[in-house]
Amino acid sequence: MATTTDISTTPTGTEGDNSTPAVAVKNVHKTFGIHKVLNGISLSVGQGETLAVLGRSGTGKSVLLRLIIGLSQPDSGSIHIQGQNISGLSVDQLGAVRTKMGFLFQHAALYDSLTVAENVAFPLEHHRREMSKSERTDRIQGLLAEVGMGGSLDKMPSDISGGMQKRVGLARALALDPEILLLDEPTAGLDPISSREIDELILKLQREHRMASIVVTHDLFSAKTISNRLALLDQGNVVVEGTFEDLQQCDIQFVRDFLKHS
Amino acid sequence: MSGLGATEDTGIRVRPSGRNTMPASVIVDSISKIIGNFFEWFGDLGIFFWQVVRAAVTPPYEWRELMRQLDEIGSKSFPLVALAGAAIGVVISLEARYSLSRFGAKSLFPSTLVYSVIEVMGPIITGLVVSGRVGAGIGAELASMKVTEQIDAIEASAINPYRLLAATRIVACMAMLPLLTISADVCALLTGWFAQALVEPLSFHQFIESGFHGATFNAFFPPTFKTVVYGLIIGLVACFQGMRTKGGAEGVGRAATNSVVLASLFLILADVVLVKFILVVFP
Repeated sequence: MATTTDISTTPTGTEGDNSTPAVAVKNVHKTFGIHKVLNGISLSVGQGETLAVLGRSGTGKSVLLRLIIGLSQPDSGSIHIQGQNISGLSVDQLGAVRTKMGFLFQHAALYDSLTVAENVAFPLEHHRREMSKSERTDRIQGLLAEVGMGGSLDKMPSDISGGMQKRVGLARALALDPEILLLDEPTAGLDPISSREIDELILKLQREHRMASIVVTHDLFSAKTISNRLALLDQGNVVVEGTFEDLQQCDIQFVRDFLKHS
Repeated sequence: MSGLGATEDTGIRVRPSGRNTMPASVIVDSISKIIGNFFEWFGDLGIFFWQVVRAAVTPPYEWRELMRQLDEIGSKSFPLVALAGAAIGVVISLEARYSLSRFGAKSLFPSTLVYSVIEVMGPIITGLVVSGRVGAGIGAELASMKVTEQIDAIEASAINPYRLLAATRIVACMAMLPLLTISADVCALLTGWFAQALVEPLSFHQFIESGFHGATFNAFFPPTFKTVVYGLIIGLVACFQGMRTKGGAEGVGRAATNSVVLASLFLILADVVLVKFILVVFP
């Protein structure tokens, strides 16, 4: 088990040893008004590894993902994507880094004026301009089939369920073949069966694409199922980090309470 | 009765009259906060404008989205602008005939109508109509995208939202406003002539020849193309209000309202400066 004090010396996972971490968050602070959300947090994820970030509501889990993809800037500290510090990058430089990442938003954030197929086509149209129309169509159909939405190409986001929207959001996140996948509450608001289906889908994608993934979730079962490693956050920092078994053996009261009530 | 004004029978406490209980420091704080917000808003608008300009001039260019916006802002505003122009033409015709008759200057009717439509009413009416239709539309659309994280999703997909969403809409507004103004002018002149011709005979040929007699480039070109600035104001204010929205459905409503109100207000204020500028530069 790794705690916050020994993260810098902690191996980033079985797949990431002896290589630059896919994502490294170093001593990051973030404050909104008077509310300190992240308080010197440090984390790293190796290539091919999945880290689940757990914690109570309002502990900065989603903020952490937004900082990693550059939608917000940290007050201090640094974030490195495959060794490159993204702080202070220009919009275009940051854009180049973002093409290596896929992001699934908590509420999927599908473009409501576009169909399911057009949503998945959106990143391809902007970043794979060399693709022919037929290649693009094949790619869209392939991605939607991969997430089990092959029969809903022409549906509008408002015509499909929350679970289906998450699947489409996942297909859109995978459109550019990302090396890093960021998932914000992939099972939130879904029924237990849909949640397990999403978990199985994420596991399948990890096996096939070998991406580094960070999954923010409240769902302990989901975290245990899809991740190699878990990090539990409280008051803007990592309380404990390790495998699920490490967390179970931890004697910190907050960790015991969290596991007990999950 | 207590000293604070409580009545003996009811016990209701009333504020003693003639005494201002609000401390001066609170008033000063409120005023300084309002002034601070005012300058902060303009500062944010300036930064937003700079980001849009930088995104607009660097490739890749969003031609497809620009074409869509030209259609959305231009073609779809045409019926409304044409109708407003037609109504203004009739109103000016009625007013001008009455006023000119009083001073025995009926022969000046064609040029009065032409100049008042093309120099004054056509541009401002077009600007205000487009501000209402397009300003509210852009403000609400972008605000809705903002609160549902769609703009974040665009950014997360490594696409510059300033280029895709703001620059295309602002350029489309700037490009379509002069064309819509010309449409409004034409409709106003046609209905103005028609309203006059119903009362006393006046051929369209006579009306045009007399109305445009001695007309110069300076008389018509600058007033029509000053609407490019109106387009900039409408597009910029609506995109800015939409893309900085916070707070769910209420925020979306506020963004739409503020877009129309602020764009219309700035448009009228800008007209003051532009009229003076045109008079100085194109005498």
